[in-house]
Amino acid sequence: MRGIITVIGKDKVGILANVSGICAEYGVNVVEVTQSILQDMFCMIMLIDIEKATVSFTEFAEKAKKMGEENSLSVHVMHEDIFNSMHRI
Amino acid sequence: MINTTDILETINMIQEENLDIRTITMGISLLDCADSDIENSCRKIYEKICKRAEKLVKTGEDIENEFGIPIINKRISVTPIAMLCAASGGDPVKYAKILDKAAKEVGVNFLGGYSALVQKGFAAGDEILIRSIPEALATTDRICSSVNIGSTKTGINMDAVRLMGQIVKESAELTVDKGLVGPSKLVVFCNAVEDNPFMAGAFHGAGEPDCVINVGVSGPGVVRAALSKIPDADITEVADTVKKTAFKITRMGQLVAKEASKRLDVPFGIVDLSLAPTPAVGDSVAHILEEMGLEQCGACGTTACLALLNDAVKKGGVMASSHVGGLSGAFIPVSEDAGMIDAARSGVLSIEKLEAMTAVCSVGLDMIAIPGDTPAEVISGIIADEAAIGMVNSKTTAVRVIPAIGKKDGEEIEFGGLFGVSPIMKVSTASPAKFISRGGRIPAPLQSLKN
Repeated sequence: MRGIITVIGKDKVGILANVSGICAEYGVNVVEVTQSILQDMFCMIMLIDIEKATVSFTEFAEKAKKMGEENSLSVHVMHEDIFNSMHRI
Repeated sequence: MINTTDILETINMIQEENLDIRTITMGISLLDCADSDIENSCRKIYEKICKRAEKLVKTGEDIENEFGIPIINKRISVTPIAMLCAASGGDPVKYAKILDKAAKEVGVNFLGGYSALVQKGFAAGDEILIRSIPEALATTDRICSSVNIGSTKTGINMDAVRLMGQIVKESAELTVDKGLVGPSKLVVFCNAVEDNPFMAGAFHGAGEPDCVINVGVSGPGVVRAALSKIPDADITEVADTVKKTAFKITRMGQLVAKEASKRLDVPFGIVDLSLAPTPAVGDSVAHILEEMGLEQCGACGTTACLALLNDAVKKGGVMASSHVGGLSGAFIPVSEDAGMIDAARSGVLSIEKLEAMTAVCSVGLDMIAIPGDTPAEVISGIIADEAAIGMVNSKTTAVRVIPAIGKKDGEEIEFGGLFGVSPIMKVSTASPAKFISRGGRIPAPLQSLKN
């Protein structure tokens, strides 16, 4: 199963490290990353594979969200299908 | 990988524009629970609902967490209870109480189907059930009731119209100390649909399968936000934008419906693509109409804007789902819509304008508070008018009015939560008593003769 992590917030040192750190911690494989910085807003989108994750999708999503809150970032982990169904016919 | 802009658009719809799945409603047939002994019937109902819907709430929450899309309500609709009453006899309130208990056991917030279908006349069980509605709604917490009193195919049952005026009023009187919750859970329909997932009018029709999953999507905020990006576009572009937005919203509903159906091992019924407002800021259908260029909802031009919106929502949604059904369109409940509340308060929106709007929206006069001293026959008159609009236009119409006992027009009542707050609207006091007391049936219109 694949998911998408979106991270939006004020740019600062270590965001990528934090997010990829939490992925590694729970056995989540990062498949693809795109990021951009508009003025000082950081926006990153990560395609992840959670087949071999050590926790459930829901738990991982909660942990990522909590990590985001601790670092003043808006972090969402969502199932890939939601984007596919909405934007592709 | 999916386009970044698309991903951010979806996130924005959910986070900023209140996009949500309004309800996953499990329809459960109770026909096989009918027994000549009401106690046996009740026991079978309780067992069947608890078994079928055991995992409904949990599954809804799992999907919500995994897909990251809020699913606001998990609900159940059942076979119209009048059909069970016909077999068992006895006091129908017993059914209401056991259904309430089952709803609490499985954790759903509403259960619809304390209903009777009497568009052509009363069969066994119908009248006794209808007469028990006020008590049933006053003594339970989660039961919703509906009565179908007319259809394009059959005409309008005026005996039922007369009775329902009294029942609506009685429901209000019995729940004065409970915030008038009775009439807010009672819908009087013309052309009721059998697969509606939305409360308070949901019931599981006799032609439906044993168990089915229906999903209602919402998202007035998303449509309004999309229109706010094209302030100077012409109306063709406005309609196209609504269509595209409705498509995206419905795709989400289809995904959730299929996933829920798979996980619960219950067939997928329909997606109902209705724009259902809530009192939350940014979740208003009236604000969409205002975004199209009205100073306030209720101004001249409102009916045209609503007709465009209702049609474009259907056209956009219909390709996004394999089965579209239910009520599908735009709801215009007054107390549940911040823009409607403001328009009613300022006097721009009158009950007569709302009646015109119901000719082109998906349902009817919804969540409208009327003065507490409105006579039952005037309420019957409102019901008859709405039913006539539905009958002639081959569409569903409904009446959910709240007689605000002890209050007059100009005052307000607060329902709380999703039901919102409502200014009490002025109703014409000229009496239709003679017309209502005649009884009988309004014959089916020429539109019914399609064969």
